[in-house]
Amino acid sequence: MATRQTQLLARSLLTPAVGLLFIWMIVPLALTIYFSTLHYSLLDPGSEEFVGLENFRYFLTDPAFLASLQNTLVLVGSVLALTILLGIPLALLLDQPVIGRNFVRLMVIAPFFVMPTVSALVWKNLLMHPVSGLFAWLAKLVGLTPVDWFNDVPLFSVILIVAWQWLPFATLILLTALQSLDEEQKEAAEMDGASAVSTFIYITLPHLARPITVVILIETIFLLTVFAEIFVTTGGGPGLQTTNIAFLIYSQALIQFDVGSASAGGLVAVVIANIVAFFLVRIVGRNLEA
Amino acid sequence: MGQITLQDVQKSFGPVHIIKGADLDIADGSFVVFVGPSGCGKTTLLRLIAGLEDVSGGKILIDGKNVVDTPPAKRGLSMVFQSYALYPHMSVRGNIGFGLKMAGLPKDEINRKVEAAAATLNLTPYLDRKPRELSGGQRQRVAIGRAIVREPKAFLFDEPLSNLDAALRVQMRIEVTRLQKQLGTTAIYVTHDQVEAMTMADKIVVLNGGKIEQYGSPLELYERPANLFVTGESALQRGAATIGVRPEHLRIEREGAGGWQGTISVAEHLGSDTFLYVDAGPLGMLTARYIGELSLHAGDRVSLVPDPQRIHRFDDGGNALRG
Repeated sequence: MATRQTQLLARSLLTPAVGLLFIWMIVPLALTIYFSTLHYSLLDPGSEEFVGLENFRYFLTDPAFLASLQNTLVLVGSVLALTILLGIPLALLLDQPVIGRNFVRLMVIAPFFVMPTVSALVWKNLLMHPVSGLFAWLAKLVGLTPVDWFNDVPLFSVILIVAWQWLPFATLILLTALQSLDEEQKEAAEMDGASAVSTFIYITLPHLARPITVVILIETIFLLTVFAEIFVTTGGGPGLQTTNIAFLIYSQALIQFDVGSASAGGLVAVVIANIVAFFLVRIVGRNLEA
Repeated sequence: MGQITLQDVQKSFGPVHIIKGADLDIADGSFVVFVGPSGCGKTTLLRLIAGLEDVSGGKILIDGKNVVDTPPAKRGLSMVFQSYALYPHMSVRGNIGFGLKMAGLPKDEINRKVEAAAATLNLTPYLDRKPRELSGGQRQRVAIGRAIVREPKAFLFDEPLSNLDAALRVQMRIEVTRLQKQLGTTAIYVTHDQVEAMTMADKIVVLNGGKIEQYGSPLELYERPANLFVTGESALQRGAATIGVRPEHLRIEREGAGGWQGTISVAEHLGSDTFLYVDAGPLGMLTARYIGELSLHAGDRVSLVPDPQRIHRFDDGGNALRG
């Protein structure tokens, strides 16, 4: 973009794409803001009227809101911790030269390609089912009472499923980072008398700081909106135990048919996501600076 | 003390023999340069001595003790890598002191030693900087600091100056040589640069195809190359199949004055020297060097007369004929 002509050309060529993206983004947002100020119930069509911020007051003072906010944060935090704490050793293992390494890598990455609904169904019916599930069979094998996962530890069960889905992503990012670690640095540490553990703490882990940051930021974006796994397994229950913000909005809109309140909830979710992002960038974002 | 002896050291990667039996005696305190074309095994030999590769056969003795089964850190050697291999997230202080920290030395002693090493290398103002905030020459110095702070029996250098620009390379060459003499520590230095080999070494080891071709002082190699390969390695030299003459031992005369006739294809005027690349017809390309400026140009016809005292004769296998 050196000269004025190329700048002008670049801008005119970019305009349609940027314009389309802008419209794509702004129309739903504008409609959501508009709906959030209406009394708009699908059960009572034709009665829409402007109610100001009443929907926001209703959504924020709903006791379900605080419960689901807490569930959202616990879910995001736990899945992040699990995927990173398990992803690092997994990536270290996959970085070792073993026979059939490519096949093993493919297998490890596979869960990421399974649709959330499918993996949730597999976990619910084949693994965690208290009567016919694999875990129940294993428990009975050693003489224990099978755990009724979705009744006894519902949120933990959802966390387990979501962590299983996101572990490959974390492993993959960390593995590529490990492969970019300069071999001579490890050798220099070896010459300096560092043990395997010291090399990991002083050389490998600092090298992984940046990819870990990337994993945290990207996973957070998606984990704030986990929905299918909850919808398929627990339906937000028992009670509100597995209802997160995304599921709460869904239940407002399509169980209680209250579009106005659901729109307000959607906007609240946007604000929450921004608050989380703000703190995340403050805490871990400096790792991204070159 | 840092006397290093290699006895029939071999290394193969699968069916490929990289080092085909190397015998070498490196005296304590000497500066030995491994030189050879790329792929000749010089870096592999250095890594075998360092312990970063396991030998396939033979012995490596450091001060009389066989170390082939000793891990690198316990051999008492330190290494300067081609890429410097500095730890990017540690300060200069952390980089230099890392080996001492791993050895479990108390903090104040580490600090004292690091500061002494930094002072030797003029790094004191940069102790709290990260490697990325340093210039190439400074990074190089940090890598050397990391090597000297552990007071090793020997330094191993793996083409340490190849990433520096020409001026800095000359400066660091002098600094490294001076530092080595000052500390009196044995040094093994790998390079493919003949000038570095000639200027820095007490003894040069010429490697080719995984074998030690010749071992001697720089001038011994220059005066009496053991074979055609050594000649080719030590100077710009083109010769007929069985005789070799160094460019500076060819007298340049007007055409028809005897010797070898040819046409200058390229003339390099450096001011201090003039290099002529002469197309001598059936003899091939010859290189002649004249000390000072010589006003000859491409296309001129010349005669090249060899100095009869300094013709090196080689047999069919490329080995020197003596006497």
